[in-house]
Amino acid sequence: MREFAYQRAARVHDALLAVAGDRNARYLGGGTNLVDLMKCGVERPTRLVDVRRLPLDGVHVAPGGGLVIGATTTNSDAAAHPEVRRRFPALSQALLAGASGQLRNMATVGGNLLQRTRCGYFADLSRPCNKRLPGSGCAAIAGVHHNHAVLGHSAHCVATHPSDMAVALAAFDAVVRYQSLDGGGEIPLSRFYLPVGDRPDLETALPPGALITAVALPGVPGSLRSRYRKVRERASYAFATVSVAAALDVRDGVVRDVRIAMGGVASRPWRAGSAEAVLRGARPTPDRLRACAEEALSGAEPLPDNGYKVLLAKNLIAAVLGELAAAEEVG
Amino acid sequence: MSPDRTVGAVGASRPRIEGGLKVTGAARYTADVPMPGLVHGQLVTATTSRGRVRDVDASTALGMPGVLGVLDHRNAPRLNPKAGNYFGPDGSLLLLQDEVVPYAGWPVALVVAETPEQARAAAAALRVTCDAEPHDLDFDMDHPAARPASTAFGPEADTGDLEAELAACAVVVEERYRTPEESHCAMEPHASTAWWEGDHLHALDANQGAFSVSEVLAALWSIDRERVHVRSEHVGGGFGGKGVCGPQMILASMASKRFGRPVRIAMTRAQVFETTSSRPRTEQLVTIGADADGRLRAVGHRAAYALSPLAEYIEACTEQAKVLYAAPAIRTRLTAVPLDVLPPASMRGPGATPGSFALESAIDEVAERLDVDPVRLRLRNQPSVAPVSGLPFSTRRLVSCVQEGARRFGWAARDRRPRSRREGPLLIGTGMATASFSAGVFPSTASITAEVDGTFTVSVGASDIGTGARTALTAVAADALGVDAGRVRLRIGDSDLGMAWGAGGSRGTTSWSFAITEAAKELRGRLGDPARPVTATVDTSALIDFQPGRERQTFSAVFAEVAVDPATGEVRVRRLLGVFAVGRVINPLLARGQVVGGMVMGLSMALHEESVRDPRTGRLANGDFAGYHIAAHADVPDVEADFVPDYEPLDPSGFNGLGEIGTAGTAAAIANAVWHATGTRQRTLPIRLDRVLEPVAAGKDTEGATEGADHAVTRGA
Ligand SMILES: Cc1cc2nc3c(=O)[nH]c(=O)nc-3n(C[C@H](O)[C@H](O)[C@H](O)COP(=O)(O)OP(=O)(O)OC[C@H]3O[C@@H](n4cnc5c(N)ncnc54)[C@H](O)[C@@H]3O)c2cc1C
Ligand code: SF4
Repeated sequence: MREFAYQRAARVHDALLAVAGDRNARYLGGGTNLVDLMKCGVERPTRLVDVRRLPLDGVHVAPGGGLVIGATTTNSDAAAHPEVRRRFPALSQALLAGASGQLRNMATVGGNLLQRTRCGYFADLSRPCNKRLPGSGCAAIAGVHHNHAVLGHSAHCVATHPSDMAVALAAFDAVVRYQSLDGGGEIPLSRFYLPVGDRPDLETALPPGALITAVALPGVPGSLRSRYRKVRERASYAFATVSVAAALDVRDGVVRDVRIAMGGVASRPWRAGSAEAVLRGARPTPDRLRACAEEALSGAEPLPDNGYKVLLAKNLIAAVLGELAAAEEVG
Repeated sequence: MSPDRTVGAVGASRPRIEGGLKVTGAARYTADVPMPGLVHGQLVTATTSRGRVRDVDASTALGMPGVLGVLDHRNAPRLNPKAGNYFGPDGSLLLLQDEVVPYAGWPVALVVAETPEQARAAAAALRVTCDAEPHDLDFDMDHPAARPASTAFGPEADTGDLEAELAACAVVVEERYRTPEESHCAMEPHASTAWWEGDHLHALDANQGAFSVSEVLAALWSIDRERVHVRSEHVGGGFGGKGVCGPQMILASMASKRFGRPVRIAMTRAQVFETTSSRPRTEQLVTIGADADGRLRAVGHRAAYALSPLAEYIEACTEQAKVLYAAPAIRTRLTAVPLDVLPPASMRGPGATPGSFALESAIDEVAERLDVDPVRLRLRNQPSVAPVSGLPFSTRRLVSCVQEGARRFGWAARDRRPRSRREGPLLIGTGMATASFSAGVFPSTASITAEVDGTFTVSVGASDIGTGARTALTAVAADALGVDAGRVRLRIGDSDLGMAWGAGGSRGTTSWSFAITEAAKELRGRLGDPARPVTATVDTSALIDFQPGRERQTFSAVFAEVAVDPATGEVRVRRLLGVFAVGRVINPLLARGQVVGGMVMGLSMALHEESVRDPRTGRLANGDFAGYHIAAHADVPDVEADFVPDYEPLDPSGFNGLGEIGTAGTAAAIANAVWHATGTRQRTLPIRLDRVLEPVAAGKDTEGATEGADHAVTRGA
């Protein structure tokens, strides 16, 4: 058993100080990812600073109709919150599509954003992995990569980001708020996760030692409909093979606004900006939806064993947008 | 319950005797039993599929807190190399005897410490260097090392002239089917505690047969079996994965010998995946020919499975080809392919489960080519005697199972054209399969003592691995003694209770019941002085007729309905119905639990389960429950099971086993339903979504999708 210090922070500043003073300290949210990684030896912190009791939980309506979700809000509470369900149904659905009831009761919003990849080699200390041990190589490229990335990967790492929640946040242009000893800041989700490049171990733009305090969602028009659909290898309790968070605002038969983000396809939630442009201002005909889906995957570079994800992602985008467009006609 | 009610415990539904203990946590499993002076062992396993251990550097580990020592091939006690299992000599029992690494997951060292945490920490600090050698995991029916499988379970079938019959057929189907390596995934990880008292070895162990484990240990240590005492009171599932003497048991006995303390080894889940045996991969070629009127003329079934060169093993995939259908020509060929793999072991419905997927899929393909209803095709080809042996069946209620199943399932209304049913974007299909599973009895002993207080103590070396055996045998004993079940106390799970077959081969209950029934008969003849306890003991070895001149099998018909989303490839089973003929049912509640559980396992095999290995190292890439998917609750639909009235004339009480028949048949029924839904055959398990996915035009298939969220296929999303 590797020993480590544990402390519970009562104030944000205490937490920041505790982590700043110890290079190998980590914040502890629900522990559902960090503790697993400690058990298999991937993470070896000397100190855990428990942030779950910090006054950072709860969902608040911001001026302009947006929401601010505190970093220590549990995944269950965030999913169940009436304002989340009303304004951002895809976010609630994404949260509920993740893990299991027990895990969601423990997991926090901050921890969810920072959970690590589920690439099996990342957790297998006997194999090379650039994300775990920079420069050691990537075992997945010539190994098992059936559920790895088809977009935005590099020759150094082909892992995907496992979070469902983050995919919906990407669709809604969320912003991550943090505090550090140098002050506070905000990072749009679109820039929060770094491109893989040659340093897959560097995953986010969060400054060292910073504590995530909240996620802010800008307001959306009441006519924006959204939906999250997750395809996986069993009906529940599995990570996404491919998932799609989409939002559509159709008025007078014309698409005013559309947001498409994919999960399970890249090292981060993948916002399909150019595909959105195909649809914006157009009528959502089946052909247009298909063209939009094609565009979303136009840059895909599948690996030898995961080519199916490209077709799956296209089909899923077309299906989810089709459902939203059909609901639009009815509603 | 009336106190003087004396008959009729068999046939009544009763919950498990130990159910209350289990749900309150009071029942103690092997690793829960407290023990003074206990120390703990942690395995260190090989990460390559073939090689040699060059060095085990324990210098750091030995200096760590609580560490008693490290066992490896240089200092471990020597074991008898001739020790074996059911099939003969078994090299996989000979742990830490030399430097050879025969498969990934092979134990190369054991660290022993005062606490499990200390043992684990020290194990992580152990530096094992291995020289990897090229390994061979390329499973293929035509692999150069392929050889005929052992015929210990009976000869191959070779009746009639297969080629001549095929040449005369109107329709011939010849297809290849593949099933993956699978893991048993019992809830309780393998665990043992061992200690020596002089030259007596004592053990608590999670297994499916304490007696046979005691025999293997006695052989390994070259001591009399009477000096080995193994107890296994509660076992949290086995499915065949605890049928053999496990590595944890052998290593605990070695460590205890070495360190003179009781040693417990409780495997981690990852170790259970990588170090305990699995269901082997299979590749099967089925050739079936039929006349235009649907009469089968030829059934050919070739099946190959992977095994380890360390031990013999039979995955009898071709058995049902000898049982299910009448045909003038039937030929089976079973092939073993030795590779550098984890040694396989029986996994619920061994042989029959992967075999039935191939055979019953192929029969469905014949029905498709002939454009006949698959139920009718099956009913048309029922044999009057066993088609290969020519022996009569002792009982064969398969037709009743099929007819009753078809009626309940509403089969008659089915449009047999594929892709003929839609609900919104979903394609709906139904399919069915039949199955048989070999039944029988093996020698066992039972003792019954009539106590002075009017109760009876029944002792039999049975194991209850969660099946409800304890409860079923209590009912059997009560009826055999003609007393209320409340007066019967059962002692099981102990090798000192005498020779007994284990919980396996669907022969546990029949074997133990036979011994109990005979002991009761003898006891009833000897009851005299009520002031003294009287004991009767019977060994059924000499009573069993191993050549009964009749084929003894259980049968089933399984029906499935699936919903497929062609856009995503997701398959969800909506309904599953199994109708079973398994002799006289001892306890309908527990029996239903067994066959429903079996069907769920079959569903899981059809859609989810697959051990994935890294191509370079051969190491499991998904050896945990997040990666190795078994069906979750949301995957399990409305499952219905029932039994047709049946009686096994070869059993004194009319019983047959039913632990495994539930698993066979289900995968084929689901695969056939997926074909009916989509028009595409799925000949490789599991039916993963990437194997089903089709290009779908937007609009066409998203019509009516407004209620999409309510479709069964997205349930739980
Ligand atoms: C079996 C299983 C199945 C799962 N299935 C899914 C799934 O289907 N979909 C899905 O999306 N997820 C899934 N998960 C992952 C789960 O969602 C995450 O483990 C969880 O969200 C992490 O939250 P946590 O609070 O427990 O994080 P922790 O484990 O406590 O922390 C994770 C990381 O975040 C850091 N951290 C935590 N809080 C903060 C903060 N406020 N500021 C800065 N850093 C912080 C920690 O230091 C650590 O590095 C699954 C997990 C398991 C174990
Ligand atoms: S894909 Fe990334 S996480 Fe997986 S082995 Fe390669 S470098 Fe490591």
